[in-house]
Amino acid sequence: MLQVDWKYVRASRSLRTGCPRSQQMLELRNITKRFANVLANDNVNIVVKPGTIHAIVGENGAGKSTAMRIAYGFYKADSGEILIDGQVRNISTPHDAIALGVGMVHQHFMLVETMTVAENIVLGAEPGNAVALDLGKASAEIQKLSAEFKLAVNPNAVVEHLSVGQQQRVELLKALYRHARLLILDEPTAVLTPQEVEEFFAILRRMREQGKTVVIITHKLSEVLAISDEVTVMRDGKVVGQVQTKETNAAELARLMVGREVLLRVEKPDADIGVTQLSVKHLSVTHADGTKRLDNVSFEVHKGEILGIAGVEGNGQTELIEALAGLVPASQLSGEVRLEGRDVTRLDARARREIGIAHIPEDRHRRGLLLDFSLTENSILGVHYRDALVSYAGVFLNDKAIRKRADQIIAGFDVRPANQDLPARALSGGNQQKLIIGREFDLQPKLLLVSQPTRGVDIGAIEFIHRKLVALRDDGCAVLLISAELEEVTALSDRLLIIHEGRIVGDVDPKVATIEEIGLLMTGSSKH
Amino acid sequence: MSELFSVALFWSTIRLSTPLILAALGGMFSERAGVINIALEGMMLAGAFTAAAVTHAVGNPFVGLAAGMAAGALIAAIHAVACISYKADQVVTGTAINILMIGMPAFLSGAFFLSSGSTPQLPKEDLIPWTPIVIAFALVPIAWYVLYKTPFGLRLRSVGENPEAADAAGVSVARMKYAGVLLSGALAGIGGAYLSIGQSSLFTRNMTSGRGFIALAALIFGKWRPVQTLLACLLFGFTEAVSIQMQGVVKLPSGEDIPVQFIQMVPYLLTIIVLAGFIGSSRPPQALGIPYQKER
Repeated sequence: MLQVDWKYVRASRSLRTGCPRSQQMLELRNITKRFANVLANDNVNIVVKPGTIHAIVGENGAGKSTAMRIAYGFYKADSGEILIDGQVRNISTPHDAIALGVGMVHQHFMLVETMTVAENIVLGAEPGNAVALDLGKASAEIQKLSAEFKLAVNPNAVVEHLSVGQQQRVELLKALYRHARLLILDEPTAVLTPQEVEEFFAILRRMREQGKTVVIITHKLSEVLAISDEVTVMRDGKVVGQVQTKETNAAELARLMVGREVLLRVEKPDADIGVTQLSVKHLSVTHADGTKRLDNVSFEVHKGEILGIAGVEGNGQTELIEALAGLVPASQLSGEVRLEGRDVTRLDARARREIGIAHIPEDRHRRGLLLDFSLTENSILGVHYRDALVSYAGVFLNDKAIRKRADQIIAGFDVRPANQDLPARALSGGNQQKLIIGREFDLQPKLLLVSQPTRGVDIGAIEFIHRKLVALRDDGCAVLLISAELEEVTALSDRLLIIHEGRIVGDVDPKVATIEEIGLLMTGSSKH
Repeated sequence: MSELFSVALFWSTIRLSTPLILAALGGMFSERAGVINIALEGMMLAGAFTAAAVTHAVGNPFVGLAAGMAAGALIAAIHAVACISYKADQVVTGTAINILMIGMPAFLSGAFFLSSGSTPQLPKEDLIPWTPIVIAFALVPIAWYVLYKTPFGLRLRSVGENPEAADAAGVSVARMKYAGVLLSGALAGIGGAYLSIGQSSLFTRNMTSGRGFIALAALIFGKWRPVQTLLACLLFGFTEAVSIQMQGVVKLPSGEDIPVQFIQMVPYLLTIIVLAGFIGSSRPPQALGIPYQKER
């Protein structure tokens, strides 16, 4: 059963009844929403005061985004009421929400990539009349908003040519252009570098000064504490607390989110670093379109060591890990990769797995799992041909052996629900990831390539995955870790490389280097 | 050989391109809104039959033209309801409409005119050989303006590229898609009407003979843009015009005629070659063919 901390629920109740209604910017009352057989929102109550920055935190699947998408009219609640400015409103489409002054920036940007910034901003709220689109007028207005909120962006640029940070500014401008008084931001910092996050927070504070109300959905507790005035905590579709930010701390929020005490720091003994396991020399990846995605990269990973690679996403990390896993066509590759001194540059993915290279891919839905296959079937991907798992010289799969192995993985890596006949799709992100990790660890690798191991994974499972990675390292495996989560990569790595535009631009000791220093390297603004 | 390239060839190209331009521009509105319209052929047939039948009945070709346009839109409405409201597979639905529209005129002509697939011959004064041509060529700049310079066009394109973004921006995705598909039916209907009451003087069985598909090819070759699509239609029209002129004129080295069937193959062969060879770099609307599902 869910443990509800009554102190906080009571606090949120008195908040609700204590204030005159007209003071609330947004109020969700008893919102319930069910998707197929998942209760995404269970009697949710949230109160957002005007002129504040309000954080909504919770693990993945806690129902944060669902609640806010209901407030924005993207989903329709099964029951419950939405109040804007203290009045019950019928919001059944985003159009209704926009008319009431609600704007939302989604986690995956809602931009039409082939169109210009101005076109995206005015879409659905076009200036001019029905026969003539007045983009000149729009541009002028956009520039005025840009200046007011310090959101620099060229209205005539095509969106697909913009950086992620710039695209986010377009999203904010889109909401401001529609005269949003309440901005709902879904995981806005996930795609930003530490410096960009600082800038972004400055923008949010500026918005608050101008009288806007901001709701920020996040799972990063440090950010909640840095930026918000008030916090609503959600767990399993329910609100489990609403607190003033200055009266709480990270440990307390984590406990509310997970429902138990959580270790926020990675506990890791000093590394016992051995001989060189992987050596990469002058590795480059050139795409078919002629762009160089990975540019002359050289490094080594030793036994018993976690080598971290930090960088803003899209700076060659994908190409690097896929080149090492054997997933990049030889024609796009140059340089040399050696495992235990043996040249493996020309080996394909299967041959590399055979000699002990395991791979936990960054996108588990694309590279890691077949979502409609059962856990059992997914547990043998990449090893399905091995003698232990087939019978009659490889003509048939050995069902018994396969099921036994799947059971071991599910039990050993705490995959829940522990039903091997479920399709992988039925599992949460964290449990899907645990299945993949179990499968790859079962190879007893000499080298583990792991990318974004805890993306979309809840705090409880993150702790588990981190412990497993450290344990593998302590068994003498060489681990190459790529993560966009700077905190994760600095906490886990024994040595840290920074990648920018396909080049290694820094080599730091994560125990000594500061987040600011690493962040600066990530933007390419300073060479180490 | 020189008499091949003449004023006659020019006008022949214009006439043969006209139905392609109308259907292709129609297809553009549908596909830019994200709905694959393989049913252009069927919509043209509907327009062709209805235009000839109504003109015969009322004696006014402009009423016939309007009726052909309406018939195209009506067939498009079937496509729209199936694909947009019920999220059916767009290729399967389109194919079904095409098959339906091969049979439907034959059935109706049997009922109304006691014929097996044709409408009665229309007198010359009941034909409109020029109006659809003017409409087709005038429509190119209009379509360009609508697509790129009006709020409607912006919304239509956004729905075909990223319906979720359009929805989040307060645009009704379904309404825009309906508009695109219905427009495509209306324009394909005019294209079909031109065949029966402009170029010819009656409806004959399967008289579009694949022009809906060639229009679709021209649309793809033209990268879903009005002006390029016009050029592609002119190219296909030109090839057809040449192939007609070549019949009986160009001879094999042995002095024998090239069989007509081979010459008639040329436009279709060109279609295949063009689609296989030249469109590698063109990018369709990103959400083309994907029904928009809101709550996954």
